[in-house]
Amino acid sequence: MNWLGRLAAVAAEGAEDIRGGGFWMPQSASTTAPEVDFVFYFILAISAFFFVLIVALTALFVVRYRARPGHSEQDSPTHNTALELTWSIIPSILVLMMFWFGFKAYMDQYNPPANAYEILVEAQKWNWSFQYPNGYIDKDLHVPAGTPVRLVLTSQDVIHSFFVPAFRVKKDVVPGRYNKVWFEATQPGSYVVFCTEYCGTGHSDMLAHVIVHPPGEFEAWLEKAANFLDTLPPAEAGKLLYEQRGCTQCHSVDGSPRVGPTFKGIWGHEVKLRDGSTVPVDEDYLRESIVDPQAKVVDGFDPVMPTYAGRLKDKEITYIIEYLKSLGEEQP
Amino acid sequence: MTTLDASVPRPAQRPASDRDNYLTHARGFLSWAFTLDHKRIGVMYLVSTLGAFLLGGLLAMLIRTELLTPGPTVIDADTYNNVFTLHGAIMIFLFLIPVIPAALGNFVLPLMLGAKDVAFPRMNLLSYWIYATGGIMLLGVLLTGGLDTGWTFYTPYSTTTNTSVGLATLAVFILGFGNIFTGVNFITTIHKLRLPGQTWSKLPLFIWAQYATSVIQILATPVLGITVLLIFIERVMGVGIFDPNLGGDPVLYQHFFWFYSHPAVYIMVLPAMGVISELISVFSRKPIFGYKAIAGSSLAIAIVGFFVWGHHMFTSGQSNLAGTIFSILTYAVAIPSAIKVFNWVATMYKGNIRLDAPMIYALSFLWLFGIGGLTGLFLGNLGVDLHLHDTYFVVAHFHYVMVGGTLAAFLGALHYWWPKMFGRMYNEPLARICAVLVFLGFNLTFFVQFIAGTKGMPRRYFNYLPEFTVYHQISSAGAFLTGLAFFIILYYLLVSLVRGRPAPANPWGGATLEWQTTSPPHPHNFPEPPVLTGPYEFSALVFDEEVGGYVLRPERAGGAPSGAEGHR
Repeated sequence: MNWLGRLAAVAAEGAEDIRGGGFWMPQSASTTAPEVDFVFYFILAISAFFFVLIVALTALFVVRYRARPGHSEQDSPTHNTALELTWSIIPSILVLMMFWFGFKAYMDQYNPPANAYEILVEAQKWNWSFQYPNGYIDKDLHVPAGTPVRLVLTSQDVIHSFFVPAFRVKKDVVPGRYNKVWFEATQPGSYVVFCTEYCGTGHSDMLAHVIVHPPGEFEAWLEKAANFLDTLPPAEAGKLLYEQRGCTQCHSVDGSPRVGPTFKGIWGHEVKLRDGSTVPVDEDYLRESIVDPQAKVVDGFDPVMPTYAGRLKDKEITYIIEYLKSLGEEQP
Repeated sequence: MTTLDASVPRPAQRPASDRDNYLTHARGFLSWAFTLDHKRIGVMYLVSTLGAFLLGGLLAMLIRTELLTPGPTVIDADTYNNVFTLHGAIMIFLFLIPVIPAALGNFVLPLMLGAKDVAFPRMNLLSYWIYATGGIMLLGVLLTGGLDTGWTFYTPYSTTTNTSVGLATLAVFILGFGNIFTGVNFITTIHKLRLPGQTWSKLPLFIWAQYATSVIQILATPVLGITVLLIFIERVMGVGIFDPNLGGDPVLYQHFFWFYSHPAVYIMVLPAMGVISELISVFSRKPIFGYKAIAGSSLAIAIVGFFVWGHHMFTSGQSNLAGTIFSILTYAVAIPSAIKVFNWVATMYKGNIRLDAPMIYALSFLWLFGIGGLTGLFLGNLGVDLHLHDTYFVVAHFHYVMVGGTLAAFLGALHYWWPKMFGRMYNEPLARICAVLVFLGFNLTFFVQFIAGTKGMPRRYFNYLPEFTVYHQISSAGAFLTGLAFFIILYYLLVSLVRGRPAPANPWGGATLEWQTTSPPHPHNFPEPPVLTGPYEFSALVFDEEVGGYVLRPERAGGAPSGAEGHR
């Protein structure tokens, strides 16, 4: 696994992700984050008060009433209704306040403004796909600053969860359901997206980034990004598809094995399958492996790849094949 | 059940020749394997649960070693997923749930009631062997493909992974029956086998806690059994219950699972609270403050605890109304726990506080469970939980409750009842040092996880961003320190079995009835019926230099059937 390179990239790109916050929370970069932080610090203050109270009283009693020669226990009441009511009612009022503030923060996070910009999010083991209204799909979430964005979340396989710490936003991505979540980013920059529902081998590598564009620049980015099939040479467009559409999570291009076989140097060679037969790696074999991955599974690997039929256009499949050809025939 | 007559006089201390005890009464493997003696069954549970704890603890050390650096350190991602799953499953199902009720409760509960045994001794033995069978099956997954679902078995991951989920769910199903049998046994025993005159308001609070726990075990465990059976059916027969590809609903599984597993938290923590009520009062030499409030709050927690399960699912897409109700009820269940803590602190007021090892564990329970409970206020909050859910904040929170709470109470209870169980005193100075070491190591391990969690570090992560490295390394250092302390504890406890000073009947001055019989107890518990005293009536006891422990005051030992006011 090329985790070192990946970490270096993430470190360079995401160094701001958790820095810039206080002792407790990370930096805050959405309109609802300050409200969540307020509730957090409200509960923290009350908790700290009661914790210090308990520690101070126990410590005081241990010191004052410690067993020592000449000291013995003294009578004191074994209950006191007024005292017991006080320490039941005051905490009850405090927790009701906590509940109320939390409820308000939750509802603000739940109800998106009517004019929110909608992006479809698809999760699968172990990558994210973000689809924009013009049909373009990217591995990262690009959004404009200062615009409410509504995400419609779906999963191809198991439950995942969409979490952006800087936005204080989290929602499970459940197969068979459409969960929705919204946010409005306030600061241009790059913020990490985590998967926070355990989903197997690559769970902790299922990261993406939210790229917040300055107001006015998002539209230009989207138009340029969406045209790459027409503007880039096929192999380069195929490389972009390889990176953007989830191939890279399981297939390396440097010869190292991941969940699936590497793409390096397979073109033009024969490959051994699970059933013992061999098949030449040509255009037809690669196309079949993309649209019907279980048909011919390479020896030593599990049949776990989801189909891309209907998810990649013919032209995109052709360009990915061109990219694989460009990786050369030299075996790793 | 022998009729016990409280008016029969009883000598303060039996001569050594009278010391026929449950450990030496019969010998050989079969005399243990088929014993009906609740004390021996308790010891068998103790040894088994400690074995599970050792295994779960070694897995924890492996987790913390792997997390010393981002990316692969000593194992690969799939192995890591197996390790944290088995750590959780072993610690919860084989250690935390049975350890206080089935191991210590089995030993102490009938003694505290002045009874000869539990109500259904054969069922008690059966519950142990069910536990042993389920435990072996759960460990069997190690040989049959592992288990990588997390202890929560969330669908559809658990119904589609190729690891040994079928065997694991069957093991959990079987283990559940052991819990149910223990619960039925304890409830019946508490209702039917109390010493004459021992009314409900004279029961030790440990008994009240066990009662509340048993209610949860009986009502909640069947739901878990049915749920894991449904997973088994879905996997084996392809019936669509939870998997959306077969027409099921994965969130339905979470409702079923947490309907058991949230009350299960109280199965683990209520007995611990019962232990703390005993320890604080005995080592402060003061009757417990607010007996009725503590007893009542155990029941309140048991009941309200059934209606808070949805707070595990605030981000799952359940309805807002459901989330709102679950949040309010979660805050409601915080109040009885807070009341207990205040009562424990008030018990120490004007006491004569001895910092023996059990009391150090009780104090560390107060502080650590305090943090565990208070951090629950963040997670029960609809708004804040959206940020903290499934991060290290949650990991730290439940370890503060389960380890800082249940494990600290268990260690306190183990040291407290060790002389009674095995008739030997352990090395007290070493025990105090280790109690402090466990406290320090634990805080070092888990406090930084709160910080990492608020920064966004997700749980169940094999790899992590380099920014989190410092938190993980501090945490690992704490884990190794805690692990070291556990080995020292194991060492001096084992040594005490051979070389420990013989224990008097009542080394600590406990006023509950188990301290009136010999250490270790007679096979039939009380050759002569115990004298009924209030559970916290320390004025009935006096320290006897000759015996080296506490004895009943002569006027009370004379057996005057007084009102035995344990609390006013």
